[in-house]
Amino acid sequence: MTTSGLIVMLLSVGTVTVLFGWCIWKVLTTPQETDKVHGVEFHTPDMDKDS
Amino acid sequence: MAVAGSAVGLGNFLRFPGLAAQYGGGAFMLAYAISFLIIGLPIGWAEWAMGRYAGSRGYNSCPGAFAAILNKRWAKYIGIIGVIVPVVIYMYYVFIESWCLGYAVKFWTGGIHLTSTEETVAMFKVMSGQIADGSALTPSWNAALPWLMIVFVFNFWLIYRGLSGGIEKMCNYGMPLLIVLALVVLARVMTLGAPDPAKPHDNVVNGLGYMWNPSKVQIERTQPATGENKVVEELVGAAAIATAEQKVAASGGTLKLVTITPWEQLKNPLLWMAAAAQIFFSLSVGFGVIIVYASYLQKKDDVVLSGLTASSANEFCEVALGGLITVPAAVAFLGLASVAGQGTFGLGFTVLPLVFAKMPFGAFFGGAFFFMLFLAAITSSISMLQPGIAFLEEAMNVGRKVSVTILSLLTTLGTGFVVYFTRELKALDTLDFWVGTFLIFILATIQIIVFGWHWGIERGLKEAHQGASIRIPAIFGVIMKWICPLFLLVIFGLTVLTSVFGFDLSTFTFGSASSYVVDLIGGTKDGKPVATNQAAQLSVALVIIVALFFGLLSARSKAYQRAEQGLPKNDA
Repeated sequence: MTTSGLIVMLLSVGTVTVLFGWCIWKVLTTPQETDKVHGVEFHTPDMDKDS
Repeated sequence: MAVAGSAVGLGNFLRFPGLAAQYGGGAFMLAYAISFLIIGLPIGWAEWAMGRYAGSRGYNSCPGAFAAILNKRWAKYIGIIGVIVPVVIYMYYVFIESWCLGYAVKFWTGGIHLTSTEETVAMFKVMSGQIADGSALTPSWNAALPWLMIVFVFNFWLIYRGLSGGIEKMCNYGMPLLIVLALVVLARVMTLGAPDPAKPHDNVVNGLGYMWNPSKVQIERTQPATGENKVVEELVGAAAIATAEQKVAASGGTLKLVTITPWEQLKNPLLWMAAAAQIFFSLSVGFGVIIVYASYLQKKDDVVLSGLTASSANEFCEVALGGLITVPAAVAFLGLASVAGQGTFGLGFTVLPLVFAKMPFGAFFGGAFFFMLFLAAITSSISMLQPGIAFLEEAMNVGRKVSVTILSLLTTLGTGFVVYFTRELKALDTLDFWVGTFLIFILATIQIIVFGWHWGIERGLKEAHQGASIRIPAIFGVIMKWICPLFLLVIFGLTVLTSVFGFDLSTFTFGSASSYVVDLIGGTKDGKPVATNQAAQLSVALVIIVALFFGLLSARSKAYQRAEQGLPKNDA
């Protein structure tokens, strides 16, 4: 592994780790944010209409 | 945790390492990082904002969203790309999902005793049916068929019965467990050293070098007949390069040692397209999935932080875990020469079982890892069904159960097709390129143009910022308006030029087209004629048939006619 390879690896892994950590911190420390942040949530309104 | 859980899928641990290996590692990572910043994040945010807007007008499908935003008759036909992509990807995604389940159960029941690379490759070939067309349909626990039946029925049972909330709760515990298990596997991979003492060059450090070094070193031989240079061997590590120098010196000029800079590698538009498509695939951007799920959100919901959290969770799993595990382990076990030839999804299935075989309690950890992967895949495959369900409900004005039934029939036929044509995994690879790469690319390009140019950045960001606790940095306004669409159009144009017309950007001459194109229309490779491939042609025909079916339904939809007139769906 070359020095430039090591730098690319550390920068890439470090950046995504810090970004993920920051997002978790932001969601958990902002009041009521856990109710406002969504992903792909499997219970969709059409299930209640016809299930 | 639900956001993170839904973001993680097979793309992180299987597709990403396979593509990185296929396109040479380090340079691919540079293209990938740039793609994440200038296309992944911005288009993701655009999709969240457009989906929520469409939902506020009562439209929950991609064609409905496009018709509601553009108010044009043709808009719904563009939107059907957002239905074709998830439905067709589902057709082959469940096949891969079934391998995960099969591997998990076989590990736990003691059915895997691997001692060599040849055994793991053979096991994967039997499971995936690469031996011959139709061999995956053999009624054997070593083949995919029984696992596929379980997976297929399980997916539709969950979605038909509306029990998917249960799987969501399972994922809340399962995803952190998957990350912990991935960290355990990572620790084992990093301490593998050189598994075969007879091949000291095949070690983890060289694997990391292959994955992350921006420059590539390789031995090339000039073909006397055509004058083309053919790669004989790729090299990583000072010892391997020193040995290669001696070999080249002794060859009498027939071989040469070549260093390819990242800039030379980045001239390949297919590399950029693959990197961009991987970003789209794993973030579910340009997929038609986010736009549908965002349509169920309210104005008070935070789509900016939702998009960023899902993307960052996904990138963490992909780069920090997937990027450090599979390719380094593959180089250590298979050697550099074999890594790039394992197919996009195959690398993880041939390499990871060997890693587990060489660690304490490997059967337990192997089973748990593949089961967690199966769980992650289930959440992704269910999310791929919703765009199709929402589309059929809207276009045909039917309830969810009818919609699910029609979709299950369609995907059963499609999956059956993929599972039959398994020789060299031709159907799967063809669909993954033309739909999982090419069509995603087209849809994402259209989405960002609609967001940046039809809506305009001011309106687009205003829609996105409703309910948001963070603001999208102003620089992304410029990226969304100019850089992102221009980048996508240039890459797309160059890919068509090089892949379809075989144009060589370094010599400005016309040569061989991409193998994906040659499979469809025939062509040449290394100066020799290559015939078309029937499985690849039928795969593209399948996509066209699905597109025509969806197009026909869209044309007859009353809901979409209202959307075209700028009316909300709910008054219908």
